[in-house]
Amino acid sequence: MSASPRITVYVPRDATALALGADAVAQAIAETAQRRGIEVAVVRNGSRGMFWLEPLVEVATAQGRVAYGPVAAADVAGLFEADFLHGGAHALRLGAVEELPWFRQQQRLCFARAGVIDPLSVEDYLAHGGYRGLRNALAMSGTDVVQAVTDSGLRGRGGAAFPTGIKWKTVLDAPAEVDSPTPDPRSRSSKYIVCNADEGDSGTFSDRMLMEGDPLCLIEGMTIAGVAVGARQGYIYLRSEYPHAHRALEAAIANAYEAGYLGANLLGSGKRFDLEVRLGAGAYICGEETSLLDSLEGKRGQVRFKPPLPAIKGLFGRPTVINNVISFASVPIILDRGAQFYRDYGIGRSRGTLPIQLAGNLKRTGLVEKAFGVTLRELLYDVGGGSYSGRPIRAVQVGGPLGAYLPESQFDTALDYEAFASVGAMLGHGGIVAFDDTVDMLDQARYAMEFCAVESCGKCTPCRIGSTRGVEVIDRIRANVDRAANLALLDDLCQTMRHGSLCALGGLTPDPVVSALKHFSEDFAGR
Amino acid sequence: MAATPLPLNPPSRRSADLAPEQARAVAAALDAHRDAPGALLPILHAVQDRLGYVPPETLASIADALNLTRAEVYGVVTFYPHFRRTPPGRRVMQLCRAEACQALGARALEAHAKRTLGIDFHQTTADGAITLEPVYCLGNCGCGPSLLVGRDELHARVTPEAFDALVAAARTAL
Repeated sequence: MSASPRITVYVPRDATALALGADAVAQAIAETAQRRGIEVAVVRNGSRGMFWLEPLVEVATAQGRVAYGPVAAADVAGLFEADFLHGGAHALRLGAVEELPWFRQQQRLCFARAGVIDPLSVEDYLAHGGYRGLRNALAMSGTDVVQAVTDSGLRGRGGAAFPTGIKWKTVLDAPAEVDSPTPDPRSRSSKYIVCNADEGDSGTFSDRMLMEGDPLCLIEGMTIAGVAVGARQGYIYLRSEYPHAHRALEAAIANAYEAGYLGANLLGSGKRFDLEVRLGAGAYICGEETSLLDSLEGKRGQVRFKPPLPAIKGLFGRPTVINNVISFASVPIILDRGAQFYRDYGIGRSRGTLPIQLAGNLKRTGLVEKAFGVTLRELLYDVGGGSYSGRPIRAVQVGGPLGAYLPESQFDTALDYEAFASVGAMLGHGGIVAFDDTVDMLDQARYAMEFCAVESCGKCTPCRIGSTRGVEVIDRIRANVDRAANLALLDDLCQTMRHGSLCALGGLTPDPVVSALKHFSEDFAGR
Repeated sequence: MAATPLPLNPPSRRSADLAPEQARAVAAALDAHRDAPGALLPILHAVQDRLGYVPPETLASIADALNLTRAEVYGVVTFYPHFRRTPPGRRVMQLCRAEACQALGARALEAHAKRTLGIDFHQTTADGAITLEPVYCLGNCGCGPSLLVGRDELHARVTPEAFDALVAAARTAL
């Protein structure tokens, strides 16, 4: 036994994989190997994004990585019997992940390493193309780095789809008044890089998966931003609901410091960039960038008036680049392969790829990264395999709790920011939630108002009061009280919220409500 | 929230008035974070991580240390749903209410949880075992309904039966 080389086995530590029992599987593999006197190294990777196959175990064999899934702890003894450590035949054997049809039809740029590497290992990250982007950026001027990001066509992946390069250029051009007094004297930097990792939209989990599966990619993207615009301090504002991502980020940041990829002298360039994780505290509104900045400053997370833009006057009053996780994590490959490489993916003004999250009532849920342009129908049926319950898919909500509900007649809409806008919907952060025909769309509309009431920051009246009144009006419609008058009132209320709210929470809450009314009016017909 | 509101103008309290464990938690949190820019949230997290909640009587010391008014600190604590002002039960169960989980039966699970535990959201069972909280997304949207037990024990595809088993396990755990 002593002559046999150490075999590497991958068992995900992704939160969804853990929720499906991955820890017990990892433990069973380690224990069984020890009992059998076999040397096994268990690497806790991220998820490959195929949740119906989680926990997905991969073994590094002479013929490449062989996957088995979904593996339960009770399957482990049988896998050893089948000699899975050498790719042996077994009912759960899937072969190479890259050859699975679900995986093969993707274009993984941002998620190229997620699920492949040890997420916390700088060495593994480097072996898979990591930090080539930063190396290039350090050899370029800030202006050239920003130009590359602009040329790539990358737009903010958090949902607003604002061109990332334009935002960076504003911060680059903003004067860094190092000596001017700031609202907080402990402010350490003249400009800041802030990552919005407050991924609160239901149906979205790509930020979480990236932070758990390839956190160094986010760290590299933020470091490139710091080098480009001249910021020395970065913060990742992470929601407190993501304890596993928190652990992964803290460990990856510590490892990056140790290897010289963060800190006072990036790769010997003499340039400095420091990075810290800050936890949110359960407030959805802190995903709105100005609330997030107030929260980072230690205040109630209330929305700021704009202007001034955060790029001019952001964190602690300083010019601040604030981007979503996926926006930052898309930057390393742009700086590595060039703007044109990234730009060649996608359609229209939506360039590059989008990590799409398939969620809710679908058979094959998970993360699919594809170039823009794929239709909703392809995603729901070809990729997602139809509903989990086996019943017809009746409604789909795209873009989180503020996104419109789409009926079957709109399933041919292509994933493209402008195509979605043209049907009154929004792509947002790329989360797709499917509902079968048991859904009550009046309930969904009521929930949209209720959610807004729970999460409103309270600064503006249309959102704070309107959402509560919205719940009441919908309850009256359900109870058949003055139906016509209350439907008119709901329409009026939605107009007021849409046009009178300070930010997207109050401004977009009408979208799910109005779309439910428009496309599923039968559910509002009284009973 | 079932929490008792603070009096409008509480008498000034110093750390000497705190219970020893509370004083230690506040001192450790201030030591670790008070010099950081925007230190208040990290401090509140550190206190809650240690005590399970942010006792209202700790706010004055925190305010003093950061040169803030107690009203400002109170305003922050009450703004964020994560921060508790009363001690939780032995296990906090956070049940996801958001759309992706609704699409897989979260509404029925929520009704089942409230009925079988005999409590509403933000409440604790009479035996002090379980506190039920709503949560708006745990990022497990592909495999709902989702439930977070304690700090980081995430559960997927939670049926009413699975919920009952988790409750039974939580009740016997301590």
